[in-house]
Amino acid sequence: MSTEMRLFPELASTIAWQVDTLYIFIVVLSIIFTVGIFVAVVYLAVKYRRRSENERPKAIHGSIPLELSWSIIPFFMAIFVYIWGADVYFRLYRMPADAMDVYVVGKQWMWKIQHPEGKREINELHVPVNQRVRVTLASEDVIHSFFIPAFRVKKDAVPGRYTQLWFEATKVGEYHLFCAEYCGTEHSTMIGKVIVMEAEDYQDWLSGGGSGETMAQTGERQFQQLGCQTCHKSQNIGRGPTLTGVFGKPVQLASGETVVADEAYVRESILNPSAKIVHGYTQIMPTFQGQVSEETLMQIIAYIKTLSADE
Amino acid sequence: MSGATLVGPIGSRTENYLNASYGIRSWLLTLDHKRIGILYLVTITLFFCVGGIFASLIRLELITPQGDLVDSETYNKLFTMHGVVMIFFFLIPSVPAVLGNLVLPIMIGARDVAFPRLNLLSWYCLVAGGSLATLAIIMGGIDTGWTFYTPYSSTYSNSYVALALTGVFINGFSSILTGVNFVTTVHKMRAPGMTWFRLPLFIWAQYATSVIMILGTPVVAITLLLVALERVLRIGIFDPALGGDPILFQHLFWFYSHPAVYIMIVPGFGVISEVIACFSRKRIFGYSFVAFSSLAIAVLGFLVWGHHMFTTGQSVYAGMVFSFITFFIAVPTAIKIFNWTATLYKGSVSLDSPMLYALGFIGLFTIGGLTGLVLSTLGVDVHLHDTYFVVAHFHYVMVGGMVMAFLSGLHFWWPKFMGRLFPEGWAKTGAILIFAGFNLTFFPQFVLGYLGMPRRYHVYPEEFQVLNVMSTAGASVLGVGYMILFLSLLWSLFKGPKAPANPWQAKGLEWDIPTPPPLHNFEVMPIVTKEAYPYDEPDEEIEQIGEIERVKQEEEVV
Repeated sequence: MSTEMRLFPELASTIAWQVDTLYIFIVVLSIIFTVGIFVAVVYLAVKYRRRSENERPKAIHGSIPLELSWSIIPFFMAIFVYIWGADVYFRLYRMPADAMDVYVVGKQWMWKIQHPEGKREINELHVPVNQRVRVTLASEDVIHSFFIPAFRVKKDAVPGRYTQLWFEATKVGEYHLFCAEYCGTEHSTMIGKVIVMEAEDYQDWLSGGGSGETMAQTGERQFQQLGCQTCHKSQNIGRGPTLTGVFGKPVQLASGETVVADEAYVRESILNPSAKIVHGYTQIMPTFQGQVSEETLMQIIAYIKTLSADE
Repeated sequence: MSGATLVGPIGSRTENYLNASYGIRSWLLTLDHKRIGILYLVTITLFFCVGGIFASLIRLELITPQGDLVDSETYNKLFTMHGVVMIFFFLIPSVPAVLGNLVLPIMIGARDVAFPRLNLLSWYCLVAGGSLATLAIIMGGIDTGWTFYTPYSSTYSNSYVALALTGVFINGFSSILTGVNFVTTVHKMRAPGMTWFRLPLFIWAQYATSVIMILGTPVVAITLLLVALERVLRIGIFDPALGGDPILFQHLFWFYSHPAVYIMIVPGFGVISEVIACFSRKRIFGYSFVAFSSLAIAVLGFLVWGHHMFTTGQSVYAGMVFSFITFFIAVPTAIKIFNWTATLYKGSVSLDSPMLYALGFIGLFTIGGLTGLVLSTLGVDVHLHDTYFVVAHFHYVMVGGMVMAFLSGLHFWWPKFMGRLFPEGWAKTGAILIFAGFNLTFFPQFVLGYLGMPRRYHVYPEEFQVLNVMSTAGASVLGVGYMILFLSLLWSLFKGPKAPANPWQAKGLEWDIPTPPPLHNFEVMPIVTKEAYPYDEPDEEIEQIGEIERVKQEEEVV
C-alpha cells in the first residue's frame, strides 16, 4: 500500500495552475465560513447553555440590518467567484486556432487515438511538451468522458456528435488518462496514459512504425472506396457540391440558413444527408450510417480539411 | 411504573390512535395520517437497511485497489442499487412522508390531511414501486447508475432496467399524491387563527417541498418511461443510433433530479427550525426570512439543472447562465444557516439528542453547501465533475444534511407518537458516533476527488488506497452509530418509560394534545392566537393540571 499522501494531483498543463489557484481560493473562503459557523455554534451553545429548567429567555424577532448584510455580502462574494470561474471555463473550452490535432474515439472499454500523421494508438496518448493540442472526441457506443487530472481537463465523448478539448502540457512525464463517465461493466479499466515528450522525441516517435500513410491519405482512400468522388468533384460540376475550399467556410443551405462547414457539419452530412441540404442541390445522397466507423469518419474529415488547406 | 400509581402519565388510559383498533387490517386500511406516517417509517427503514448493506459492500470492496470482493458487474450493480434505493425509496419519502404525515396536520390544527384516502394510496404507490424495484434487484439487479444515463440505459445495459424504471415511475405517484395532499391541507385545513405567518417553519418547508414534488415528479416520470419504451420498443428518443439525442435525457432527468435534491433537503430545513427553536427556547431568528428562503430555493432549484452538464459540450454560454443561477441559491441557503446560528444567541440551549443531530446538521450541511459552490464554479467543475468530490459533496448534503435532520426530527417527535421515551444516553452516543463516522467516511473523498479519482470505479490506481481505507474505516464507525440509534429506538418501543405529553417542553399544537395523540388529534377545534414558537411565555400549566384532573375523573367514573 502506498502511504504517500497528496492533496493535489500533478500540475502539468498551462491551465492547471489557474484551476488550482481558483480552487484554493474557494477552499480558503469555505474554511473561513465553516470555521466561523462551527465556532459560533459551539460558543453560543456553551455560553447560553441552559442553567435552570425554568429559563424563559426573551424572544428576539430578528434584525433587518443583519439579514441584509448576511444576504448581500455572500451574494457579492458568490458573484466574484462566479466571474473568476466563468473566466477559467472560457479559457478551458475556447479552442485555440494554432493547435495540433489529435482524434480520439471512445468505445466500451478503450480509447482509440489517431494522429494526423497516421500514427494510431490505444489507451496511450503521446503528445509533445509546450505545444497546444486539440482533441476531437467521438464515441462509438455510450457516453464516455476523457479526463486527464494532471491537466485539469475533461470532456464527454458523446455518441452522435463531436466534442473538443485542448491542453498544453508543461512537463515531460506520464499521466493518468481516465474515463470519467460511467460506461458499463469495465468502466474502471477504461484508463490509459498520457505520455508527454520533448518535441524531438515526439517527432522520432511519430516517424517510427505505422503504415506510413497520414490520416488524410487514409481518408482519401476511403473517399474513393465509398464512391464519394463520383458526385463530389474537385470543381462544381458533379451532382453534389464540390468539397474543395469548403471546410471552415460558411455554406448557404436550401432552407435559407447559413452554417459553417465544421467537423460536426461534415459528419452529419455523411450520416444524415437530408438534415442540411446545400442551396441549389436536391437530396439524392444515401445515408452512410452504419457503413463508416467513427474512426473512418475522422479520416475522411481530415482529408476534406486538406482540400481547403491549399488556399 | 404507570400501572401502580393512582394518576398515570397523561393520556395513558385514554383512547389514542395506537390503541383505537388492533390487527393488521386496521393498519393496512387505515386512513389516519399518523398511522400512515408509521407505515412509511417502517417501509423506508427497510429500504434504508437494504441500501446500507449495498453501501457496506461498496466500501469493503474499495479497501484494496484491485477488485477482490465482487466482480465489476456486481460492483456496478451495487452502487446503482444503493443510489436508487436510498434516493427514491428512502430519502425522498423520509422527512416529507414520515414526519410530514405524523405532524403536519396536527401542527396546523387539523384532524387529518385533506384527502385521507389519497394519502393511503400514496403509501401503496411506494410499496408497489418499491416491490418492483426489489423484484428487479432479486432477479439480477441493474447496472446503469442511479442517473440512468442514455444510451447506456436505453440500449447497452443487459440488466433489469425496464423493471426498475417502472418501479421508480410508480413510486413517483407517491410523491405527487403526497404533494397534492399537503398543499391542499395547508391551504384549506388550518385551524381558526392559524394564519400563514403563524405557521411553524416546518410547514413552510413542507409546503415548498410539496410544490417541487407536484411540478417536478411528472417530468422525471415521463422521462424514465421514455427510457423504458426505448428499451422495449426501440423508439428513437435518446439513442443516436435510432435518431435520438442522449443529451436530451440529461436535460429532462436533471430538470427533475436537481429539484429532487431540494425535495431531499428543504423538509430537513423545516425540522431543524423546529428543533433549534425548542432546544434554545427561542423563536427562530428572522422567521420570515427562513420561511421565504425555502420558497426561493424551491423556485431557483428549477433553473439550475444544466450545472450537471458543464462537460457534455453544452454551449459555454448556457453553462455560464446555469452557473450564475446556481450561485444565487447560495444566498437563501446562507440566510438559513446564519438565522439558525443566531437563534442560539441569548437562548437557553440544551443539548438533548434531537439538538445534537440538529447542530450536527448545521456543521455538515455548511460543508455540503460550500462544496456545492466549489462544484458550481465552472472552471473548477470541469476537473471535479464525475470524481469523488461530487460523491463527497452530495453525501454531505443528503446524509450529513437530510439524514441528520430526519434523525433529529425522529428523536424529537418519537415520544409524542410512540408514547415512549428512548434512552437519552444511548441516543446521544449514536448521534456523536454518526457525526464522527460520517466525517471520517466522506471527508477523505473530497481529497480523492481533487486528486482525480473518478466515481463508480471498481478498481483504481494504487495511489488512492490510503484515502479509501480511511473512508471505509469511517464507514464502520458510521455503521456502529446507526446500529446504536436503531437499537435504542427499538428498545424504547418495548421497554421505554411512558412519555409525558410534552417531554421537551416544546411549543406548538402537537405538544398541547395528549401522548400518544388521540385518533382525531383534537377533541375541540383549537383556536390559534399566537405566533409560532412562543418560548418566552411560561408553560400553560393550568391546562395540564386540568388535563390530569379530567383523567382522574374519568378513572373514578370507570
